[in-house]
Amino acid sequence: MDELNALIGGFAVALSAYHIMLMVIGITLGVIIGVLPGLGGANGVAILLPLTFTMAPTAAIILLTSIYWGALFGGAITSILFNIPGEPWSVATTFDGHPMAQNGKADEALVGAFTSSFVGAIFAVIMITFLAPMVAKFALKFGPAEFFAVQFLTFASFLGMGRGTAFKTLASMCLGFALASVGLDGMTGTLRMTFGQDELLNGFKFLVAVIGLFGIGEILSSMEDGLKFNGPTAKLRMDAVIRTWKQLPRMWLTFVRSCIVGCWMGITPGGATPASFMGYGIAKRLSKQGKNFGKGELEGVVAPETAAHAAGTSALLPMLTLGIPGSPTAAVLLGGLLIWGLQPGPLLFVEQPDFVWGLIASMYLGNVVGLIMVLTCVPFFAAILRVPFSIIAPAIVVICAIGAYTVNNAMFDVWMMLIFGVMGYLFNKLRYPLPPLVLALVLGDQAESSFRQAMLVSQGDISVFWSNWLCGGIMTLGLVMAFWPALTALRAKFAGNGVVARPA
Amino acid sequence: MSTNEEAEGRPLASYRTLDIAVAIFFLVVCAIVMVDSLRIGIAWKANEGPQPGLFPFYIVLAMGIASLVNLARALPHTEEGAEAAVSSVGLGRMAAIFVPAVVFVLATHFIGIYVSATIYIGAFMLFFGKFPLWKAVVVSLGIAIVNFLMFEVWFLVPLPKGPLEAALGY
Repeated sequence: MDELNALIGGFAVALSAYHIMLMVIGITLGVIIGVLPGLGGANGVAILLPLTFTMAPTAAIILLTSIYWGALFGGAITSILFNIPGEPWSVATTFDGHPMAQNGKADEALVGAFTSSFVGAIFAVIMITFLAPMVAKFALKFGPAEFFAVQFLTFASFLGMGRGTAFKTLASMCLGFALASVGLDGMTGTLRMTFGQDELLNGFKFLVAVIGLFGIGEILSSMEDGLKFNGPTAKLRMDAVIRTWKQLPRMWLTFVRSCIVGCWMGITPGGATPASFMGYGIAKRLSKQGKNFGKGELEGVVAPETAAHAAGTSALLPMLTLGIPGSPTAAVLLGGLLIWGLQPGPLLFVEQPDFVWGLIASMYLGNVVGLIMVLTCVPFFAAILRVPFSIIAPAIVVICAIGAYTVNNAMFDVWMMLIFGVMGYLFNKLRYPLPPLVLALVLGDQAESSFRQAMLVSQGDISVFWSNWLCGGIMTLGLVMAFWPALTALRAKFAGNGVVARPA
Repeated sequence: MSTNEEAEGRPLASYRTLDIAVAIFFLVVCAIVMVDSLRIGIAWKANEGPQPGLFPFYIVLAMGIASLVNLARALPHTEEGAEAAVSSVGLGRMAAIFVPAVVFVLATHFIGIYVSATIYIGAFMLFFGKFPLWKAVVVSLGIAIVNFLMFEVWFLVPLPKGPLEAALGY
């Protein structure tokens, strides 16, 4: 139990009034950063990094990781209230979180999201505490083929999830891939689909598309329906926390599944965004409430949030033990470590035990402090919905425009956002599912390049994906997931009840 | 998504029309991507791997096939397809937010995002929300100032600015 002793020593380092104060400041800043689209956790940490150079490394990293926790919490707020994901990993939270808010259950959705973020993060921290060195070695096994397998599994676990027909899902997903491939090809440097337009060089940025498709599209739909956006049901009740917590224990299985998926994706490093999609996909498939997902099911908020935060937290693990950042924010933190003169890697645990265990202890404390802070603010957040629609609607359009602009500092993106908004409205109306499109847009580039790298290594031999147990196992699992709807449909047919289940 | 025709005004487009239009949009995208993919090559090159056009080409091939199926399904006249998807009243309300939004983005090019946002929010409150003038002015100015402080002053994120901000020294 060396770890336990070291951890207690770490708590002794982290538990000082100064450090707690830094946590409160960091989480407040983080929530603001998470709420504003276009200011991601990575940006926020990067902007504030210079401020920390004069602090002691432990104090500095506590402040910066607290910002990170705050941003993770904050991303959920706008997703639930306005259908605008503040962060890429909160896209999956909108699928059920926003319908819940429309049904007048915004407070429950917020409490559910915050609580499950906390559970996911704590699970990951516990794993970091006890398994750090062992798990880190596992991450080194990942090559292009394994990466593609993981991405394939994410897509597969999400296939056929939309409300529309299978062909609309397919068209929507392929459109996402096509949009993702616009711009500079990362492997050969060729320009694809830019047609001489400089603005297209960077491709379609995921955040611009998401802000347009979800944010602007939602505003258009709400306007058409005649301002049913906030609804008189958005009553404020102070017992939201207790009311929601009572519902959570029966979802323990979803929590466990999402924690495992999240940790695994964080370490590998798949990242928080695919983790949240995969968590949602798996929960939809395996949960008893699965068929209600997308209509405002609390479990549909819990699953992606837990997975995203387990991933976001465990992404710090490879950074500490190997010096490989598991997420963009971890990469910025890594830069900070180097500036403070700390060399990440296996030796960090030996040379700087105070720092490492202080950091790990601050992860526990930071999450507890963060949870208490955001939970007390839930009535306040939910009250935003009571602001009259004719103020909220143009304000959201302005915030969306700011968010789209800051992605690349280009007005072109703001115009694109408006076009994506119309697309989002039309797709919604005609039941082209948006989640597959967004997923393909996020992962399309990575999936394509790891596929091509793997193919390059194997000289075009597709069996490279079954060349070892790890990769082969993931691929096979992915194939099973992909054909699961078809298999259940077939089984229903052979059972002879005449009803062919639609792959939905 | 049900529309009550008496209350919701004249129907403008049916689901069938929209479905066909979107399927054709997909096919146009498909054609554009295919042409460009063929230009940069879709073959397998020894020691170089797949050429950059290979992956998008087959992706949009799948998209094209799926869209043809969608188009074929949308074409026959059905009861469901004949239902009105967009009514004149709904379109009017959407235009009330969207057309000013386009003007707002256009104005951002010239007078900066803060001034145009103030006008956009204020005007929408005044004309659509029927707020009194002073409330519209206070709220829209407040939102713009908070945003200005947040982005320009605290987080140092530069947003498009116009002559007013220049006069204030930013």
